[in-house]
Amino acid sequence: MIHWASFSDFIAMGGYGFYVWSSFGATALIMAIEPIIASRNHKTTIARLKRQIRAENRNTTE
Amino acid sequence: MKDRFNLYRFASPATFYPLAGAMIPYFVAVSVVFGLAGLWLGMLVAPTDFQQGEGYRIIFIHVPASWMSMFIYLVMAFWAAIGLAFNTRLSGMMAQALAPTGALMAFLSLLTGALWGKPMWGAWWVWDARLTSELILLFLYIGYMALTAAIDDNRRSDKAGALLLLVGVVNIPIIYFSVKWWNTLHQGSSVNLAKSSMATTMLWGMLLMAMCFWMYSIAIAFMRVRTIMLERERNTEWVKAVLTGGEK
Amino acid sequence: MFKIITAVIGRDLKLAMRRQADIVSALFFFIIVVSLFPLGIGPEPDLLRKLAPGVLWVAALLATMLSLPRLFADDHRDGTLEQLALAPHPLGLVVTGKVIAHWLVSGLPLALVAPVLGIQFDLSADALIVLTFAILIGTPALSGIGAIGAALTLGLRGGGVLVSLLVLPLYIPVLIFGAGAVDATVTGLGGEGHLSLLAALTFASLGFAPWATAAALKIALE
Repeated sequence: MIHWASFSDFIAMGGYGFYVWSSFGATALIMAIEPIIASRNHKTTIARLKRQIRAENRNTTE
Repeated sequence: MKDRFNLYRFASPATFYPLAGAMIPYFVAVSVVFGLAGLWLGMLVAPTDFQQGEGYRIIFIHVPASWMSMFIYLVMAFWAAIGLAFNTRLSGMMAQALAPTGALMAFLSLLTGALWGKPMWGAWWVWDARLTSELILLFLYIGYMALTAAIDDNRRSDKAGALLLLVGVVNIPIIYFSVKWWNTLHQGSSVNLAKSSMATTMLWGMLLMAMCFWMYSIAIAFMRVRTIMLERERNTEWVKAVLTGGEK
Repeated sequence: MFKIITAVIGRDLKLAMRRQADIVSALFFFIIVVSLFPLGIGPEPDLLRKLAPGVLWVAALLATMLSLPRLFADDHRDGTLEQLALAPHPLGLVVTGKVIAHWLVSGLPLALVAPVLGIQFDLSADALIVLTFAILIGTPALSGIGAIGAALTLGLRGGGVLVSLLVLPLYIPVLIFGAGAVDATVTGLGGEGHLSLLAALTFASLGFAPWATAAALKIALE
């Protein structure tokens, strides 16, 4: 079922290892970083808006 | 009248925000499952291509990334048309949330195309009709993002962006045709790749990876659209309720 | 219908005549950019002949784009544009007039000086005729597509650079067929096919672009 004879064969990719693994590596990197940036943006936005609401409440109660 | 009310409710950020938030984990999970299955089939099971050796395995991300880059542009144009026709707030936000992912997919397609081209064509970049069109698609994404970023007013930014998307979608076939014509006339070093008969495992691997990329794109677009919603609707009651209710 | 278009053309031409310096500047921009290439590449006639169509066309794209930010900006500033948008006649017709006027002051002069610049690149007489003709029928498409970009970026900061980001990718078919026509003549294949496709692009964009531009203007004016 598995096409490869050994793990080192799998890594070598028949001599194309550099091209194949840098393609997959770049894709994995982008797909890991993009969600991290998106969720960090989401959290900072929430924090900022919360600060704004608190500031507004303080202004209206005083 | 009732239908209209329902449509409006679904398209309203107040209902869509929690719905998108609840759906993100499922899309992520499905994407991971498809991704693992696709990688297993593509990287471990699929046989060697008799023309391109093992180097062809880049196809399992190159083709899905290219498909998604084109598909996302079409989806954005669809939202643009909806937004211009029915004046819904959600459609502009969806288009803007999708754009960075579409641009990244186009970039990935170019990057993996270069990494594929080097061993196959002997050059990192070849002015092949498909690669050139993909580059122009990336330019179109960048133009859209630059335009929407330059307009402060949300309504105008949505509508101007939507119009640009529709103009772009009308032009894409013309651009593709002209690039193809240009390419055949100049008879560059375009090698026809992926024309060799593909084994069914290869095809399945590619389809599974495409599903993985698709689900990933939906998840990331939902993440981004939620941020855009909070930002834009910060003065409404529902955002205040979300923020003070402690929901993330 | 034609009355509105001709009235707008007449008015815009009159305004343009008051600012002849702008037209001349764009023209000299075209001339200087084209003349820079031999200095950068070297004077070999074979090489220059091969590069001429592309160089002249790319310079023409950039030169027509220079005046795009001004296309609606002045009318927007003094309120004329809002009046035109509220007027009973369709805004698309007004835009058609403005696009034609823009072509008369920015595209047409390029076609007139292009053969002179072609001589610098050692083009044959046939190629010069096709070049002039190609620029003549291709530049209206540039004005039409450019108008959409100008309307979308109306009143935005950094509008000039933004217009080029939006519009240049859409100019690619015109560049390919325009330069292709000259190239095909140089290599002896005949440029008729390219020229007819170029004419088709021009007709399509003159029919379609003014209405998209009108929609973009209404969005900008809201």
